[in-house]
Amino acid sequence: MFPPFVKPLHKKLRTFEKKGLSSRSPPASKIDSLRSKVELLRLPLALSSKSISHRKSQLGGAGERGTGGGGAHRGKPRPPASDMDNESQYSGYSYKSSHSRSSRKHRDRRDRHRSKSRDGSSRGDKSVTIQAPGEPLLDTESTRGDDRDDNWGETTTVQTGTSEHSVSNEDLTRVSKELEESSPLECRRFLGPALGAVLGLFALVTPLAFLALPQLLWRESLEPCGTPCEGLYVSLAFKLLVLLISTWALFLRPPRATLPRFYVFRCLLLALVFLFVASYWLFYGVRVLEPRERDYRGIVGYAASLVDALLFIQYLALVLLEVRHLQPAFCLKMVRTTDGASRFYNVGHLSIQRAAVWVLDQYYSDFPVYNPALLNLPKSILSKKISGFKVYTLGEENSTNNSTGQSRAMIAAAARRRDNSHNEYYYEEAEMERRVRKRKARLVVAVEEAFTHIKRLQDDEPAASSPKHPREVMDPREAAQAIFAPMARAMQKYLRTTRQQPYHSMESIINHLQFCITHNMTPMAFLERYLSPGPTMQYQRENGRGRQWTLVSEEPVTSALRPGLVFSLRRLDFSLVVTVTPLPFLHLGEEFIDPKSHKFVMRLQSETSV
Amino acid sequence: MSFIPGQPVTAVVQRIEIRKLRQGEHLILGFSIGGGIDQDPGQNPFSEDKSDKGIYVTRVTPEGPAEVAGLMMGDKVMQVNGWDMTMVTHDQARKRLTKKNEDVVRLLVTRKSLEQAVRHSMM
Repeated sequence: MFPPFVKPLHKKLRTFEKKGLSSRSPPASKIDSLRSKVELLRLPLALSSKSISHRKSQLGGAGERGTGGGGAHRGKPRPPASDMDNESQYSGYSYKSSHSRSSRKHRDRRDRHRSKSRDGSSRGDKSVTIQAPGEPLLDTESTRGDDRDDNWGETTTVQTGTSEHSVSNEDLTRVSKELEESSPLECRRFLGPALGAVLGLFALVTPLAFLALPQLLWRESLEPCGTPCEGLYVSLAFKLLVLLISTWALFLRPPRATLPRFYVFRCLLLALVFLFVASYWLFYGVRVLEPRERDYRGIVGYAASLVDALLFIQYLALVLLEVRHLQPAFCLKMVRTTDGASRFYNVGHLSIQRAAVWVLDQYYSDFPVYNPALLNLPKSILSKKISGFKVYTLGEENSTNNSTGQSRAMIAAAARRRDNSHNEYYYEEAEMERRVRKRKARLVVAVEEAFTHIKRLQDDEPAASSPKHPREVMDPREAAQAIFAPMARAMQKYLRTTRQQPYHSMESIINHLQFCITHNMTPMAFLERYLSPGPTMQYQRENGRGRQWTLVSEEPVTSALRPGLVFSLRRLDFSLVVTVTPLPFLHLGEEFIDPKSHKFVMRLQSETSV
Repeated sequence: MSFIPGQPVTAVVQRIEIRKLRQGEHLILGFSIGGGIDQDPGQNPFSEDKSDKGIYVTRVTPEGPAEVAGLMMGDKVMQVNGWDMTMVTHDQARKRLTKKNEDVVRLLVTRKSLEQAVRHSMM
């Protein structure tokens, strides 16, 4: 696949590295000669570069389709140009394995640019250029095409992502998402509570109306009632107060999630309340208002019974909405489709949509954040299987039969061929791990050293210890900025290696550093945020728009959870598949052990001489 | 040399006759025994089957009567003067071997190499 004249160049670079010379200060002549070679080679390539890269992209595209890449994965994530990464790009197993994230054409292009940039900057220069990657996306879970490559390509290919000046697919989806998540959602969110408020108000006013109407309309002919009425009044007032509070708590608080279908229990309860109140009004109208009932005590008792009934409905609502799902009955297994991260959760009896909401709450705090740069096997390892065989058909007219037969023959032949891609994968993994550990070690040392540069000023210490070395007193922000500089380079390299750089901008790192300094944290406490990918919650930005998830299920989403049910929650570029299994029924037995029954003997092993 | 409970134990044995040596007021045989039904069979380094609770010879003093008679380390003692040694406690075994009124003890011992030798000779 690779043009043969490029190979010797890379071999040369590899042997150059193996000689043990530090890549930072090589003899300049060798670099110049290599550099000139690269320039020379670029010329013939540039003429046909488009055709070669186009062909390669086609091949790469076929390979991707063949291996069934994930659905909405647009634009391969490319590692940005690192003009600071001047150590050991080529160390390790092979040239192929050192950068097998991207396809060969990207690597090739980047090499050409790196050689170009090396012309500019001096080799031994340790200046720090921190490229804060633009503004991190509002929604950090969608695809990131945003890593700005300053030395961006001279050859544009089919599968490329963004450029600095054009609106890409990612930008468009982001804009459309913003539009989606705005006003319609806000209105729908408050419709349910509004309805509940109206009905609740109606229900609460009804007993008072029952009591007040006779007084207003035919006060003179009412029989007075003494202390029993007063007792009823007090209990009525108290129960109305309780009803008010619980109605607010159960029905009126805006929910944290909008469900695709209406919330069955809540609607049922509202309907029940409406029915009750309506029937009470009906009876009241017929029995009290029409014949102008004179027994006021009976009317007060009637109103009290309505309030009791409403209280029981509230009790039922409490059990259905808040208590029933607390006792665990099912075990949900949640798997993320892109990288296989999985968790198990215990839930009670819920409908599918409520279970989905609950499980998403757990997702945000349990699952490590979705990083599209860390997906599975690089295509260079897998694509070998598909290419390499050409199938000729001899004298067959039926084309459809041919294609399936062809592909099957190709797959069978590819399977029979001895394939060493596992070898490559193994070495690639080892290499990657080694690199990460090396960078991590450098980072930890740099941070530890940086932290030794400042110390907290005690209150009773004089600010200026001696007239010769006055120490300026800094606030945390300034202190953070002061010690950020020595560790910035190591931090940036580490983030690049673990592909976390889109999540942490320079500003956020300094903020975090300031936070840690203020709270007297050690360097390792400062670093825990970067050393392991945290849960998605850690990277959320505060905005009221909410996250858009799609619930995909074969059953209606208001049906209750059953064993064996499968549904999935989809976002733009990944989805979570949830499987429901019942929790096992436990037979718990009892065995009583007398504390005095614990007795032991030594094991004998004696030897006697005779 | 594994045994099946309930079936008679069969083994190829060697007869060894040891004359006790008088040392002071003791009669010594010149070897040490280990094992017994009251002992832990798992720690026996000489047995093939680690649940074998028989009496094994753990040490043979050089130039002693036992070595002269041909006893070797690792032998399992099956009988002593007609008394069975496969199902005895450690102390009973010791007593059978150190009777003061006996000058000679006739042992039946078995070892792995005996069985192999017989098999080879039969082939």
